[in-house]
Amino acid sequence: MSVKTIAGVQVNVSEDGYLEDMSQWNEEIAKEIASEIGIELTPKHFEVLNFLREKTAAKETLTIRGVGKSGVVNIKELYALFPKGPLKFSSRIAGIPKPTSCI
Amino acid sequence: MKNLLILGAGTAGTMMANHLRSKLYLNEWKITIVDQYKTHYYQPGFLFLPFDTYTEKQVKKVGKKFIPKDVNYIQKKIEQIFPEENKVQLEDETLHYDILIVATGSKIAPEETEGLIGPLWKKDIFDFYTFEGSLALRNKLRDWEGGKLVVHITEMPIKCPVAPLEFAFLADDYFRKKGMRDKVEISYVTPLSGAFTKPTCTTALNYLLKEKDIKIEIDFAIESVDNDTKEIVDYEDRRIPFDLLVTIPTNMGDEVIEKSGMGDDLNFIPTHHNTLQSLAHENVFVIGDATNVPASKAGSVAHFAAETLTDNILLYIDGYPLKNEFDGHANCFIETGNNKALLIDFNYVTEPVHGKFPFAKIGPLKLLKESVFNHWGKLAFRWIYWNMLLKGIPIPFVHRNMSFKGKIFDIKPDTK
Repeated sequence: MSVKTIAGVQVNVSEDGYLEDMSQWNEEIAKEIASEIGIELTPKHFEVLNFLREKTAAKETLTIRGVGKSGVVNIKELYALFPKGPLKFSSRIAGIPKPTSCI
Repeated sequence: MKNLLILGAGTAGTMMANHLRSKLYLNEWKITIVDQYKTHYYQPGFLFLPFDTYTEKQVKKVGKKFIPKDVNYIQKKIEQIFPEENKVQLEDETLHYDILIVATGSKIAPEETEGLIGPLWKKDIFDFYTFEGSLALRNKLRDWEGGKLVVHITEMPIKCPVAPLEFAFLADDYFRKKGMRDKVEISYVTPLSGAFTKPTCTTALNYLLKEKDIKIEIDFAIESVDNDTKEIVDYEDRRIPFDLLVTIPTNMGDEVIEKSGMGDDLNFIPTHHNTLQSLAHENVFVIGDATNVPASKAGSVAHFAAETLTDNILLYIDGYPLKNEFDGHANCFIETGNNKALLIDFNYVTEPVHGKFPFAKIGPLKLLKESVFNHWGKLAFRWIYWNMLLKGIPIPFVHRNMSFKGKIFDIKPDTK
């Protein structure tokens, strides 16, 4: 774990760049992480990010399938918004822990 | 008389029946187990059946043989659970319970992927997670002339997450021995970012893929199967051609869980990770593949979980707080072909590590290293399964929680 300054705020991040404390997150931080990844955030992106944060706060496990069924976006749209790693990148930008996959 | 009802007589349910019959006072508790199917399959054997290593007979037995005589065994379909009313509707009767254990497992749902069950299903597209699929694949492989073999995982979680990789390793070995390895191109396609789901494994074991000339395609989330061009297609229109597709379809919990409104979007039941109590109903406990806990869906996990759950059922009956004990411990052999295997030991939070097992420094089994000894261990496990595991007989020296003795924490995973 290390401390990093993102959008002028000091935040705790994990080795792979995920926020350790989701309450340290704000929209400016999201924008800066997104631009590091090469994504420019639109209101649609924020709808997805807020959905992910709500689910995480409710301790629900996130899956691409779950997001696809949420009514916010379908899976195809999720890939279009966050190419290459929809759940990994969206989680990092949403300031929530890295999604776990089990062996 | 009070009623303890177990739904599902697979690995986890059968183990619970055996554990509890010797722990509960049978003049106070009636134990009932329900399963609609007559046959109990040795599911790890489905990996070996396609390669003619095991015969059909070696992987199936009559389930009733493993249910103790003083447990009431009902072979009927379960229609719906009514957890608010403490009752379960079967096809033609209603059972009331004081304590319910749900062990209804998980199964493949190929209908979840567009085009999977199409003209090529069971012709050029196979699964090996069902007895029928595994057998059909064996018959296909016996006279397949070669081409592009694609081993593919649809999405996580899946039962026995290392099985697809083992399948690829064993396929390499099988075609080599048949003298036709040069006619087969093997690709391994995964939705994850590495061949193994645990980063330490990927770091320690990636050499195996190179050694066996298996091509790997990562981050591939399948959208559909194109039956005309014989390609799998992902959400970003990446296309991978195949002549023979061996796929692990989406795994889901039983439909009775969905019908009863007890599951998540894959029909797995939200379960306390350490006590195995259902999060929604205090007299409902969940074990094995039916749970949503972030452990492997595997018999070894169910075996360790069964020991904790047995204690917790007894504590619950006597009104004591439950033990927060289960740690997601898994202990799995991974076949790597050429009569060798690896052994991995891990839990919810600790990734597989190097070391010796079960005795620190002595072994005889080596963790995360290929050896012939581990392969024998895997083959011996079939005997252990039928004769010890299902009957709830503890496996000597193997503890329910992961032990850190004899483990060497020397692998730094590559992080992305």
